Amino acid sequence: MAVQSSPWLRRPRGVPAVMGHVLLALLPGTAVAVWVWGPGLLLNLALVALGALATEALLLRWRGRPLQRHLFDGSALLTAILLGLSLPPWLPWWQPLLGGAFAIAIGKQLFGGLGYNPFNPAMLGYVMLLISVPVSMTQWPQAGMGWGALPLGYIAGDVPAGTLDGLTGATPLDAVRSGLTQQRTLGEMLPGTPLTPALWLAAAWALGGAWLLFQRVISWRIPVAMLAGMALPALIASAIDPDRFAGVGFHWLYGASIFGALFIATDPVSGSTTPRGRLIFGFGVGLLTWIIRSFGGYPDGVAFAVLLMNIAVPLIDAHTPTRVYGTGKAQTPRP
Amino acid sequence: MFGRAKAGFPGGLALPGHKLYGEAGRTRAAPLPDELVFPLGQHVGQAATPVVQVGDRVRRGDLLAAAEGFVSAAIHASTSGEIRAIEERPIPHASGLSALCIVLAADGEDRGREAPLWTPQADWQDLPREELLACIRQAGIVGLGGAAFPAAVKLNPKDTAHVGTLILNGAECEPYISCDGAAMLEDAPAIVAGARLLAYLIRAREVQIAIEDHNPSALEAMRAAAKDSGDRAVKVVPVPSRYPQGGERQLIQTLTGREVPSEGLPIDIGIVVHNVATAAAIWRAVTAAEPLTERIVTVTGSGVRAPANLRVRIGTPIRTLIEACGGYSEAGVQRLLLGGPMMGVALADDALPIVKGSNCILVGGSEDLAPPVEPMPCIRCGDCVSVCPAGLLPQQLYWHARAKEFDKTQTLNLFDCIECGCCAQVCPSDIPLVQYYRYAKTEIRLAEQEKIKADQARARHEFRQQRLEREKREKEEARRRKREQLAAKQAAQKAKAEAEAAAASADNPAPAGAKEPAQAEQTPPAVAAAQARARRQQAAARDEDQS
Repeated sequence: MAVQSSPWLRRPRGVPAVMGHVLLALLPGTAVAVWVWGPGLLLNLALVALGALATEALLLRWRGRPLQRHLFDGSALLTAILLGLSLPPWLPWWQPLLGGAFAIAIGKQLFGGLGYNPFNPAMLGYVMLLISVPVSMTQWPQAGMGWGALPLGYIAGDVPAGTLDGLTGATPLDAVRSGLTQQRTLGEMLPGTPLTPALWLAAAWALGGAWLLFQRVISWRIPVAMLAGMALPALIASAIDPDRFAGVGFHWLYGASIFGALFIATDPVSGSTTPRGRLIFGFGVGLLTWIIRSFGGYPDGVAFAVLLMNIAVPLIDAHTPTRVYGTGKAQTPRP
Repeated sequence: MFGRAKAGFPGGLALPGHKLYGEAGRTRAAPLPDELVFPLGQHVGQAATPVVQVGDRVRRGDLLAAAEGFVSAAIHASTSGEIRAIEERPIPHASGLSALCIVLAADGEDRGREAPLWTPQADWQDLPREELLACIRQAGIVGLGGAAFPAAVKLNPKDTAHVGTLILNGAECEPYISCDGAAMLEDAPAIVAGARLLAYLIRAREVQIAIEDHNPSALEAMRAAAKDSGDRAVKVVPVPSRYPQGGERQLIQTLTGREVPSEGLPIDIGIVVHNVATAAAIWRAVTAAEPLTERIVTVTGSGVRAPANLRVRIGTPIRTLIEACGGYSEAGVQRLLLGGPMMGVALADDALPIVKGSNCILVGGSEDLAPPVEPMPCIRCGDCVSVCPAGLLPQQLYWHARAKEFDKTQTLNLFDCIECGCCAQVCPSDIPLVQYYRYAKTEIRLAEQEKIKADQARARHEFRQQRLEREKREKEEARRRKREQLAAKQAAQKAKAEAEAAAASADNPAPAGAKEPAQAEQTPPAVAAAQARARRQQAAARDEDQS
């Protein structure tokens, strides 16, 4: 449909620019993450991107879509980077590659490509890997050790079993979960949890997110509602049983909370579009994340929470109409 | 990106103005062309009816075509000359179609009428409303803001009892357009006087003249004029500069905090809105008996050498205006727009005439306007929702319009869309959203017309069916009566025959068993004749029915 009607002005920002803004906003967080987890993360990013872009190109070609326009619109690269940032470093090379390919093929192109995917493709790729290769997906190097101890055998593909054990430790969320099952209380565990890297990471993601908010690439509604959705149950539960339930600060700071609130849950395509719907969507993601973390079997719950809320989006959008000018309020003549 | 200042209504955009305000916006007269074209349907409502013939000589102010019906407007010659033709010509309309026009060959002498068409009324306050309205109607005045709705109709609501406020719209929110600013700068006393006249007509208690706050020269001129008038009911109100502040509904919301009911009119909440230039034209129509033959047109854009506000005779070809502004610039023309860049329509060529509703000719170069782009898929970013001043969900409207789910677009209040274009302007996927809404609206209106036609056809058909059935019933009724009569006659004859037979058998008794067949075989001749007659009649009735 060629443009035959107004408006005729130049449009300020296209889809590639939107994707570019998000990629740019991810830079500070990515830098801190590489500093914390080591160069393995960069390798992940490269492998996921390779898998994602190759799949995107292949499927666009098969589907007879304009390759140039869509391959470089930034959306596939953004999906790849978001997935790559969610993966623990030094995964066997084929895992990030597969994750990227799966996210694009099943998560996006199968539904019709850009704009048509009901699920967050990056989270779909993440969950596929988490379910398929749970062992490697839950092994994170201890923060700060990444640069010091490169698993040299990695390149050759034979990592001695002992090396990884010595290298990795549980993430705080995971440590707390297994601690709780061993009847330890949060009071005993939390003081030993390393705080500094988590703080740095959260601050870096928040910086990028603030820029996106300022640039109006994302709206405040989903991030704020998601953090509130985590905070509310955390506040109540930790007040009732502080030994079993972590407080608001813990939930906000560790795991993928800030990153998820600003970069994952804000994916426009798979999220709600109405203003009130975004509040409900964000709150739901936060609440489900807290439930999965507190009672579920996985270390973090952001990915599942986002995918579950993705299912609810059509329903939310249909039931959160805006108030249209001239409707709703009684419009009586002035006396 | 756009600014975020809120402006009394939700959403909207802060757009770069590109306005000719202040001294740069002062008007000059456009040259008289050799030929002027007057489309008969240049207003909302019924097209005017020509009252001149080819070859007639007319002077400026002479009636060319009379208003036809209640919602219509008269058309007057804007200079002197000879009627060259009354024929189909291309008109400045989005459709690009041709329509009946009166073509006037100017004689260059520009003579006016010796006597005015109606009596000028200097003391309008002593006159009844009807006489004032008649002047406005005779002058062919329509809304000069672009809508071209006949002013006399808008000023004649069924009930003026509850009209509280007259708003004069001087908020020229669309970029590039500055003709109202020029009118306010140069014609402030006439506008204020017109405002007072309008307030008198509709019995409004207060007058608010809204001007965007980035137009200080107009604000200053209008404030001075309002003060000079000594009328305290007339207020000049600066409003925040934000598109679409000049939208009637948005302006009402900004000034009063109230909303026009969905699919209703401002009069429903006791408000009447008119454009500032319309008020001045009405003032002249009443006090100087001047019909509407001239208006201010902004000729601007990077495609024209010297942008300017021109006083243009209605019917002047656009080409004449562009030549008056130094001609096309080297920058090249991407599109020739009638109106502004947000709501204007693209014109096919520059031979089209200026009509009463033409406020701006935007000669858009590549620095002004976007080149045609291929849209990307919607990424559901929701930017359109946050800028929609009507509070709609543009993204969902688009989705349903594209899927031809028109009932759903109506559930989402499609007809409350004012087509301001904010949604499309911020769309990162370059989707021509407004185009989809116009398409959906057209389809729905067509379907409604079809439905009305179908309903009428069905009603006609049902009426015919009823009539046929009634006639059939009546026939049957008649037949039944006839049969009854016949049966009665037969019975009588039979009784008579039996009586005769009984009398005969009494003389010569037959066995009981032999009597019946004898009767069946030997029907009396009179009865047989009657039966045959009845059968003929029935057959005839059947034939009639079938025919």
